[in-house]
Amino acid sequence: MAKLLAVTIVIIAALSAVPILRHTWEPPPDISREGPAIDHQIDETMKEAGICFLAGQVVLALMIWAYAGRGREHKIGKLPGGALGMVILAFLIVGTEVIILGAVSSKVWAQVYFAPLKPGAVAVQVQAQQFAFYFRYPGPDGVFGPIHPDLINDATENFFGLDTDRDPASRDDIVTAEMAIPVNREIQLMMHARDLSHSFYVPALRIQQDFVPGLDLSIHFTANKIGRYEIVCTQLCGLGHYNMKAYLDVMSESDYNDWLKKEAALQ
Amino acid sequence: MHDLRAHATQHHGPPQSFIRKYIFSTDHKVIGKQYYGLGLVAVFVGMGLSWIMRLHLGWTDLRIPGLAWLSPNGAPGGVLTPEYYLQLMTMHATFMVFFVLTVAPFAAFGNFFLPIQVGAEDMPFPHINMMSFWVTFVAFCILVSSFFFSDGPALSGWTAYAPLSAVGAVAGPGQGVGQVLWALSIAVFCVGQLLGSLNFIPTTLDMRAKGLSLSRMPLTVWAWFITSCMGLTAFAVLMPACILLIMDHVVGTSFFIPSNLVVSGQIQPHSGGSTLLWQHLFWFFGHPEVYIAIVPAMGIVSHVLVTFMRRPLLSYKVVIGSMLSLAFLSYMVYGHHMFVSGMNPISSLVFSFPTLIITIPSTILVLIWLGSLYRSRLRITTASLFALGFISMFITGGVSGFFLAQPPIDIMVHATYFVVGHFHFVMAVAAIFGIFSGTYFWFPKMFGRMMSERLGKLHFWLTFVGVYCIFMPFHYLGLAGNVRRYQAFVDDYTMNLIPIHRFATVAALFTGAVQLIFLYNLVHSRFWGEKAPDNPWESTSLEWSTTSPPPYDNFGGRHPIVYHDPYQYGVQSATGSDYIMQDSPEEEQPEAAETNR
Repeated sequence: MAKLLAVTIVIIAALSAVPILRHTWEPPPDISREGPAIDHQIDETMKEAGICFLAGQVVLALMIWAYAGRGREHKIGKLPGGALGMVILAFLIVGTEVIILGAVSSKVWAQVYFAPLKPGAVAVQVQAQQFAFYFRYPGPDGVFGPIHPDLINDATENFFGLDTDRDPASRDDIVTAEMAIPVNREIQLMMHARDLSHSFYVPALRIQQDFVPGLDLSIHFTANKIGRYEIVCTQLCGLGHYNMKAYLDVMSESDYNDWLKKEAALQ
Repeated sequence: MHDLRAHATQHHGPPQSFIRKYIFSTDHKVIGKQYYGLGLVAVFVGMGLSWIMRLHLGWTDLRIPGLAWLSPNGAPGGVLTPEYYLQLMTMHATFMVFFVLTVAPFAAFGNFFLPIQVGAEDMPFPHINMMSFWVTFVAFCILVSSFFFSDGPALSGWTAYAPLSAVGAVAGPGQGVGQVLWALSIAVFCVGQLLGSLNFIPTTLDMRAKGLSLSRMPLTVWAWFITSCMGLTAFAVLMPACILLIMDHVVGTSFFIPSNLVVSGQIQPHSGGSTLLWQHLFWFFGHPEVYIAIVPAMGIVSHVLVTFMRRPLLSYKVVIGSMLSLAFLSYMVYGHHMFVSGMNPISSLVFSFPTLIITIPSTILVLIWLGSLYRSRLRITTASLFALGFISMFITGGVSGFFLAQPPIDIMVHATYFVVGHFHFVMAVAAIFGIFSGTYFWFPKMFGRMMSERLGKLHFWLTFVGVYCIFMPFHYLGLAGNVRRYQAFVDDYTMNLIPIHRFATVAALFTGAVQLIFLYNLVHSRFWGEKAPDNPWESTSLEWSTTSPPPYDNFGGRHPIVYHDPYQYGVQSATGSDYIMQDSPEEEQPEAAETNR
């Protein structure tokens, strides 16, 4: 039975590795400037984690295979190096990995979060609510009009609570149900939660950021491939959480400008 | 230091009535069994809920027989509504994390065996101990009751993030009364566990038998002691957090609700609160909680493995040091649940480093277990199989932590099935394997009868393969971006992942059914199992020096004196065996064995 367990452990470990090695299930292809660094970090971690996983399972299997069922005629032996050896090994393997992974991942994180916003970035506001995303562009004046919660009315499609009569800045704001951005331009995404916690996840962009009700925060990114991509909510927000999604269209600069004009005309 | 042993002896005669013997008992052994029974009920309820969830995830329009009768609103025609899926999911996790993983390895086995392993007649505060179980039981009843009130239980997950969990019924079904009952249940649960810690700690520090120094305590005692210290601080934070949450609902405070929220078209009458505050309070509890779930299992697995390897671990002190390090570091890492929460990104980096570093004591433990197997005399029993299985599961669950510990990778896998796979391996599977190992190991002592080894091994094999089939695919789903807590998958990029969900569902149903073998074995053996000798496993710690089951005062009037450390295996005893009991006065005579400290 022990030998069967050892073989089973090895088979399970090997089978588990197959989909990873064959890249059977992968995230959508990356379309962002910051994405390659994140993908690279995942790949490097996969190698190290994979080696630790396989090595750990194989060693466990070997130990079971070799030492199960031994009777008193076999001497009990001490592992060379003993406990101190194991401690040193743990510090060496894991400690080194920790330092390297930690250092490199900090750099990648900094690229995503601490890099300054490029001048000329396109500002887009995204509002999350049960169970939809809406987007707002500031219009030619470049200023977002203030939000008035008491004016919010989904029936009249005043999702943001804009007072276009009294707030000049609101008059040219463009509110849409889909997000469009120009390719290869820095985008400043300003995130506002209308009701509860939500999250903005675009796997293709390698972005996931929670909204914080009461705290408007912003992130920035650059998409470098034209196409249509999904935005999904990942922070549990109620019964419609599974279906809370929108589309992101990455367009050429000219197509984007045409789209913006068309949307402005519909306001 | 005040001698609590005398106190326990004087005021603690054997009970006479049925009620005092079996219901409101102050006997730690009965309380341990009561906790175990509670955990057993909770695990089957939680597992049943997971079956319903997994069936729905595989086949969203499936009519599940009996469900419409159980909940006409939640499952009209037997098809789960989106909200009912989330409600069942919330309850599944709450039952499992609190009423199984905290109760069974810590409260159940700890209550039964901690006093015996330290040579005491009972815990120093038996009535508080009794209260700890019944308060926990009341918490369980409150949680179950939330199924039957208003529009059902909470749907905000076991993590109950604000403002969804705080604004009330306006946020959705179950978020009114259901959420309040959830928070009340958990607050009461915290009280129960705090009362438990109030006994575990003085038992360990003050009730030890003569000769049982701290460095002679079995690793299980160390594990329970460390866990109870963690419990004091962790539950002491969650309880007030739940009270504040209830106040936001019932009294109109705004601890977790900022101003100007418009929920379902209504401006909420709250201001000044912080949604992130809930997350900080919850995860300050939540991360130590997962170590509260796993450290007792580590202690059990270490203790069981030593017995069946017939040799001590490479180093007793290193194992204790590692468990202590895990406990200490567990308070520093909690922000890794919040990398993309909107907290300051610098904080994310700050939390990331101890999260990576906590891998070190975990790795040391795994290497010590593996290294101790080297040139041992490993005996294969069901208990040792589950202990070995624990190591496999812990390795698997542990390495997925490498990904989650790094904030930029967490951007991709946060709130996906990758996280679900990770925590199911380390908690749902590894910790449960620790519970199984402890059950098969200690059942003879608890009930005086042996469990069936044949059925036990069948249980092990089918469960071991089954859980890998369920949870390994979750990592692939997560890496592909499959978001968790969805009742159905409607996004274009996840359409090709549905077959994996169906595979996991079939595996889950199969593995769940296999647990009926365990249940049958448990019940059948309890009444008709072969009578157990006092020490069927030839183990050394004090519980094996008394009868199976132990008498009321644990040692039949005897006060054991401890002469040896807990793991005298691979020695030459005067009786010809390869071990010496802790309370045996004979001197240690190493065979060719080398004992390591």
